[in-house]
Amino acid sequence: MIKIEINGQMVKAHEGDMLIDVADDAHIAIPRFCYHKKLSIAANCRMCLVEVEGAPKALPACATPVTDGMKVQTKSVKAVAAQKSVMEFLLINHPLDCPICDQGGECELQDVAMQYGDDVSRFSEAKRVVADKNIGALIHTDMTRCIHCTRCVRFGQEIGGIMELGATGRSEWMEIGTYIEQSVISEMSGNMIDLCPVGALTSKPYRYSARPWELKSHHGISPHDSIGSNIIIHAKGNDVKRVVPADKESINEVWLSDRDRFAYEGINSEDRLTAPMIKENGKWRQVDWETALQFSADKLKHYAATPEMMGVLASPTATLEELYLLQKIARGLGVNNLDTRLRQQDFSLDSHGFVKPELKHSFAEVEKLDATLLVGSYLRHELPMLNHRLRKAQLAGKIVSSINTEKFEINYEINNEVVADDLLAELQLVVDALEKPESNNIDKVYKKIASSLSTAGKSSIMLGQISLMDVNFTKILKLTSDIARLSGAVLNVLPISANDVGAYMVNFLPEKGKNIQQMLTTQMKAFVNLSLEAESDITDGKLAIEAMRKAEFVLNFSLFDSEIQREYADVLLPIASFAETAGTFVNAMGTKQSFKMAVEPQGDSKAAWKVFRVLGNMLDLEGFDYTHSNQVFAEVLENNIETKNELVLEKIDIKIDKKKSIKNKTPLISIYEVDSITRRATALKTASKAVSETIIVTAPVQEVG
Amino acid sequence: MAEVIQNECCYRTNHLENSWDIETYLANGGYEIWKKILAGDLSPAEIIDEVKTSNIRGRGGAGFPTGLKWSFMNRHAPGSKYIVCNSDESEPGTFKDRDIMRFNPHQLVEGMMIAGYVIGACAGYNYIRGEFWEPYKRFTGAIDQAREAGLLGKDILGSGWDFDLFAHLGGGAYICGEETALLESIEGKKGQPRFKPPFPASFGLFGKPTTINNTETLASIPMILAKGGKWFADLGVKNAGGTKCYAVSGHINKPGAYEVRMGTPFADLLELSGGIWKKRKLKAVIPGGSSTAVMPAEAVEGMTMDYDSIAKAGSFLGAGSVMILDETTDMVKSLERLTWFYYDESCGQCTPCREGTGWMYRVVHRIRQGKGRPEDIQLLKEVSGKIMGKVICGLGDAAAIPVESFLKHYEHEFKHYIEHGCSIFDRV
Repeated sequence: MIKIEINGQMVKAHEGDMLIDVADDAHIAIPRFCYHKKLSIAANCRMCLVEVEGAPKALPACATPVTDGMKVQTKSVKAVAAQKSVMEFLLINHPLDCPICDQGGECELQDVAMQYGDDVSRFSEAKRVVADKNIGALIHTDMTRCIHCTRCVRFGQEIGGIMELGATGRSEWMEIGTYIEQSVISEMSGNMIDLCPVGALTSKPYRYSARPWELKSHHGISPHDSIGSNIIIHAKGNDVKRVVPADKESINEVWLSDRDRFAYEGINSEDRLTAPMIKENGKWRQVDWETALQFSADKLKHYAATPEMMGVLASPTATLEELYLLQKIARGLGVNNLDTRLRQQDFSLDSHGFVKPELKHSFAEVEKLDATLLVGSYLRHELPMLNHRLRKAQLAGKIVSSINTEKFEINYEINNEVVADDLLAELQLVVDALEKPESNNIDKVYKKIASSLSTAGKSSIMLGQISLMDVNFTKILKLTSDIARLSGAVLNVLPISANDVGAYMVNFLPEKGKNIQQMLTTQMKAFVNLSLEAESDITDGKLAIEAMRKAEFVLNFSLFDSEIQREYADVLLPIASFAETAGTFVNAMGTKQSFKMAVEPQGDSKAAWKVFRVLGNMLDLEGFDYTHSNQVFAEVLENNIETKNELVLEKIDIKIDKKKSIKNKTPLISIYEVDSITRRATALKTASKAVSETIIVTAPVQEVG
Repeated sequence: MAEVIQNECCYRTNHLENSWDIETYLANGGYEIWKKILAGDLSPAEIIDEVKTSNIRGRGGAGFPTGLKWSFMNRHAPGSKYIVCNSDESEPGTFKDRDIMRFNPHQLVEGMMIAGYVIGACAGYNYIRGEFWEPYKRFTGAIDQAREAGLLGKDILGSGWDFDLFAHLGGGAYICGEETALLESIEGKKGQPRFKPPFPASFGLFGKPTTINNTETLASIPMILAKGGKWFADLGVKNAGGTKCYAVSGHINKPGAYEVRMGTPFADLLELSGGIWKKRKLKAVIPGGSSTAVMPAEAVEGMTMDYDSIAKAGSFLGAGSVMILDETTDMVKSLERLTWFYYDESCGQCTPCREGTGWMYRVVHRIRQGKGRPEDIQLLKEVSGKIMGKVICGLGDAAAIPVESFLKHYEHEFKHYIEHGCSIFDRV
């Protein structure tokens, strides 16, 4: 530790730290535009010029390393003169169109100009005008406002991993753009909106819909993947206007995936179900909650007489509280047919136990993994923020390998990449390479994968959604667990949805009943569905719809109305979205994150946990007297009901037929169609088209045997 | 005028037929030093000592002592290291290096090889101004000849030492003469200066330790080693040794490149280049390229061409690009052209230069159009002052210096435009 003096104040610092960081830690404000703590130093805006004793010129605080005894003035006449000079230069070509600029009120340039700018400009020449660019459905550009800080450019190079924006031209003609006109579609591109210190890059869906000072901020947790990104929901009155990231270094750092950022549009969709509906004699009618719940309770009591014929399915995007209460109702009625594993297709191990979805490393630890093997995963689309962490590891020289059924566009180099139809055969070769490292019959790439895992200090195998959806999931699991055992790597079955881990925690599993596949293939009399759209959320959607149609009674707790639900369901109960309810999500690494209601539920919809509370009472079940969602959460923590039946692979003998080549391609779930809300986010839908046209290759399920 | 001795170092063979051919160079003592080094008769330390003795200062404009610069590099450090030659000469008025590459490219090749050896480089790059097609061809021809003669490449003359040279033709940007922008450009990136530190000696080309020298500096090295550092030092003055190449242009009878001894009187150089044309009088001199301050005729009286004397007279030797302005020159028009140059050539990276150069040009342009305002002179002074010292590289300062010096010495001409809407040479 060394000591430096800023404005006469003694500050401790580490030698070599940049002055701006030291000042920030000491809460000494230095104005800046190009500097960002997560990006490389550009030192191009010159706004952070300060006076350093002994230096003839003012120095940029962002690029000046501190030395012992350094004396710095940030507010001296010389420093302020330098800062004001830069401010004047920045403003001469800036349009100063704040009244019609979306950034107005939350603009770094505006804020700093209040302090360092003059009220009258001495620049009386014509201002520069730059043509706007159409860079897709997510980001709106007003390039005349650009101050060339290059944060967006550096974001693409350093964080996004795809240089979507760059600077062309020099002098005043320097422009930020895509060079060849194209959409900005990488899965993290929306962060450039936050990074842009002016109104050059703004959110397209949010454009002109509110002013920052009209918005209320509510802390939330994003429900679209298992990262559990911390978000701020901005609402004007009762309308969710946008979602921005909240700083949470251990989870999403300062970033947000585009899916988490723009999916909120879905909750304002016209499809929202806003009143309870029941179907009698083939006709739908809107009813009040009491009628609807009484009707449902009567039906449930009726079908509970044959509990083995009733199925309860829930989306793993539901909150912990919702899942807990629904299973409590089901089990209270004697129903044990419970499942949230909507994407899985191979359940042959259920009789031995349940696979625990879990990332056994913290996100920060992922950056430090010496070797990682991805098996059946398009991680960039499944869990963008985890991919970002792994990218950091790879860029730092760690080894990342992958075995996939498709060649995916990854934003870093996969050190050892295997693309083949048959995952099993490939995995077997890695097992062979571990068992017989001396063998000459094994291709180099498998040996490399094997040795990277076994020689590394910390190594990990991650099974993604493609593995999970594979019809041979069990065998993939067996082979990867062999690889893990032989190499000492940690095996992770990645949780994908927001509450995969939570569902496991509250035992939303068919411990003593039928799994989803059995429910769909044996004739069930009744289904209760929470927050799911059977046709899209269940891998074999056709089969699911068929089963629902055949059932005598289907009760859907749903955010949205749809033709298809009206066809097969009998009761539609409108429930609240993630922004309209309190609840908890448990993320991939097991962090439980609770959040409060940000806005009132739309129309007559209600928070699902409240609905379950009332329904539980109507069904005369014990213990449904909660007054607050916290009490439900406390109960989950108190009564550990997690399954005792965790799968232990080592104990099971799974035969893998080596001769039989199994060809199957698993359908990928498009990045912006993962749940009912994202599917209704208009801007993402447009972006998704651009994505699928360029990147995603989907193939139908087929088994060649 | 006493006889001015010319062409003792870089231009020494320029008068010969096919001076750029390796045969000519070999016949005139070429590659002798290189062979001596390969034979193990000259150590890096000895070379650095000799270069320090020669008192040669960087010829690119900054005048940094070359021997000292070389001593910053640890030749035994592991990993690649590079020697880079800056032949970008794109500053208005600068063309002295062009004639080295056109007429004596092998001396530059040998100089780069020696420098590469001293710093332990694996390769060298010569960054040549984009418009210099003929010099580029001559230089690459020289590399090819040297390689063919076994003087360059792998295991040179059985010494076990590998070294190769490459030429990189620029894309036509002034900023790429700034050494770190030059490195970016060689790397295939947009030519923008890097923020320093780190300096190229620790993080240079492709992130490796790199020494960057000017063409004239490197081309002088073989002669320094052949004739001794003392010989070179004695050619010059106390604070700077050797000869200096000047590019003399403007209102003179014989514009061109001249190599004379450091410390030659300005008057001699002017006479050498044929004197002011059309029998007119001298009005002003820009002594070191467009980025150095303009000097009125009276300031150059008695001045000699070396760092100290020019600095004392109020400007800078720079790259030795002497521009002569005769008595009929409209200084407002001259400045308008210069401000346009810097406006056009600013790389756009940092704010004061990107925004300020355009502002200065527009104001001067307006004054020249007869639309100036009384406050414009003060405004120009302030804007140039606000650029100065607040930018990443030297371009911002280079743009500000002409504005400041033109206003310092010729403010009345600007005032005339503002008050009368026309030049002092126009009839009011």
